[in-house]
Amino acid sequence: MAPTVDLEARFLDYVAAENKVEPKDWMPDAYRKTLVRQISQHAHSEIVGMLPEANWITRAPSLRAKLILLAKVQDEGGHGLYLYSAAETLGTSRDQMVDDLLTGKAKYSSIFNYPTLTWADMGAVGWLVDGAAIQNQVMLCRTSYGPYSRAMVRICKEESFHQRQGYEIMMHLARGTQEQKAMAQDALNRWWWPSLMMFGPSDDKSPNSAQSMAWRIKRKSNDDLRQEFIDKTVPQAEFIGLTIPDPDLKWNEERGHYDFGAIDWTEFFAVVAGNGPCNTERLEARRKAHADGAWVREAATAYAAKHSARRAAPSPAASKAHAA
Amino acid sequence: MSTPEQWPLWEVFVRSKNGLSHKHSGSLHAPDAEMALKNARDVYTRRSEGTSIWVVPSSAIVASAPDEKEVLFTPSDDKVYRHPTFYEIPDEVGHM
Amino acid sequence: MKWDICDPSVQYLLHLGDDALILGHRLSEWCGHGPVLEEDIALSNIALDLVGLARQYYQLAAERVGGGCTEDDLAYWRSDREFRNHVLVEQPNGDFADTMARQLFFDAFHYLQLEALQNSGDAQVAAIARKALKETTYHAEHSADWVVRLGDGTEESRRRMAAALERFLPFTAELFTPAEVDRVAFERGWGPDVASLKGPWDHLVLEVLQKATLERPEVPHKLLRGKSGIHSESLGFLLAEMQSLPRAYPDATW
Ligand SMILES: [Fe+2]
Ligand SMILES: [Fe+2]
Repeated sequence: MAPTVDLEARFLDYVAAENKVEPKDWMPDAYRKTLVRQISQHAHSEIVGMLPEANWITRAPSLRAKLILLAKVQDEGGHGLYLYSAAETLGTSRDQMVDDLLTGKAKYSSIFNYPTLTWADMGAVGWLVDGAAIQNQVMLCRTSYGPYSRAMVRICKEESFHQRQGYEIMMHLARGTQEQKAMAQDALNRWWWPSLMMFGPSDDKSPNSAQSMAWRIKRKSNDDLRQEFIDKTVPQAEFIGLTIPDPDLKWNEERGHYDFGAIDWTEFFAVVAGNGPCNTERLEARRKAHADGAWVREAATAYAAKHSARRAAPSPAASKAHAA
Repeated sequence: MSTPEQWPLWEVFVRSKNGLSHKHSGSLHAPDAEMALKNARDVYTRRSEGTSIWVVPSSAIVASAPDEKEVLFTPSDDKVYRHPTFYEIPDEVGHM
Repeated sequence: MKWDICDPSVQYLLHLGDDALILGHRLSEWCGHGPVLEEDIALSNIALDLVGLARQYYQLAAERVGGGCTEDDLAYWRSDREFRNHVLVEQPNGDFADTMARQLFFDAFHYLQLEALQNSGDAQVAAIARKALKETTYHAEHSADWVVRLGDGTEESRRRMAAALERFLPFTAELFTPAEVDRVAFERGWGPDVASLKGPWDHLVLEVLQKATLERPEVPHKLLRGKSGIHSESLGFLLAEMQSLPRAYPDATW
């Protein structure tokens, strides 16, 4: 069908010229599908990502820390909400997306399948996991789909505090007692490699990357983002006297970047396949919350139906009567 | 369409300072207008940006079709569209 | 506890702060597990307000204790026998109806308490109360909204809501039974006669229950003395969890 080919070519030109695609605009089906998958996956990551940190809210070691952590985890809930909304503009309901998560059909970021074992993990997660996420999210502020881009702008504004609070925890621990310093180093050891994996496999092994770049959904390659993150983070670790657990890590003057060791992708794929330390617990927790909340959601719906005449927007009949 | 269980979608508009107009902030799900307004306060003014909030059922919003001259595309069938988010991007993308 | 916290004004501040901290802590347990995303965020907001309020009371108390005492010393190094909160607020969350019943009962009381505290003879308490009243008005609306929706929602939600009222109403008598800490506060002009809040509280709660088409259950009151440090068994577990880190690493600061 010649006209379709023509449209797709024009679409590519359109996004290449840095125009934003809006919900009512024509878009290739595959573009829409890719976006729904990516945005909903991103939303699920925010929601599942609440769990490992919520794990420490009730044990935060100071009242200030408790408030900060609670506000941070609450923010992630908000991010999930913004992203579900952005995906809904593409014609998929939040219910459908949540269903896909709970049935295991949809993925979320594998990093959240690792356990948070000590308070230092709250530092490492904020510093490294949010840090890596931000690297990706700043890029996505310029993504070609308007609602996604706007959600990311809002999210990025909130994220900057997340990484800083994490780094502050690490800094405090690294300058604390022997035990605290050991706790911080242990957390860095456990979270470093999984954080690098967050950017995904190298681009030559990541089949959708080229298409996403052409559509301007994605603006930088996985490897470039990973490199940026490493270059930024290594001096931050040095500054607080912690050691990155990579014997091959060293500055490469010629490249102007850090060289780093090989990432264990078998671990990555094992976790993606569902065999990480906490995959089962995370999904169970989400399923339980959703199931336990069902009667609450139904109750509010039932109440709204009973009282809709009074509260909701006037029905067409009512506004006609009013106009008359 | 959504299953009957899902709460309807609302668009949220916040006026952050006196003298400025309400600006689209995003959307949320709520069972009724009262709850939508309260949830909007929790979700979109967590850093107390808001002085005044409007909520509008997304289904009540009528959106213009894209202008062919500007957008170069013929408008698609309306069924694929759920809700428009048609306000400009704030410029504070800046640093992380 | 290495600090001397016997001063009556410190005791009163601890009583006020403990209610806020313990209830805020309970609500924070919902974070990530709420019935719907929007409500998860709302519950966290209320928890944030309450823990924030607790900090203000504790900071003031710590200042009055003096000698370098901090808000965290007061939160993390007192035993359950030294906590002065009402037994109601330490009760486990139960289901969402339970949480909302507990919240409705406390919010209505808290609102009336803060309204009175705005005119506290303790100027610093009055200042805290003025700010907190606005937040608490919102909390009270939120819990009322939900009690109404659950009561007048489905068969199941109505049954659960009624059961929750029955579960928590017996805890509310303590709110209006003056303990030593209340008597001293009233005598010195710092706080209200809590018994006098009962009438207005009944009125507020009844109004919500009527809207919810629910009956106020006829249940006997429990004999409770949380404000004198005699708590339910659940507070010990709550504190064991909350205080675990500072106590495991007594030399550390966080
Ligand atoms: Fe986030
Ligand atoms: Fe974050």
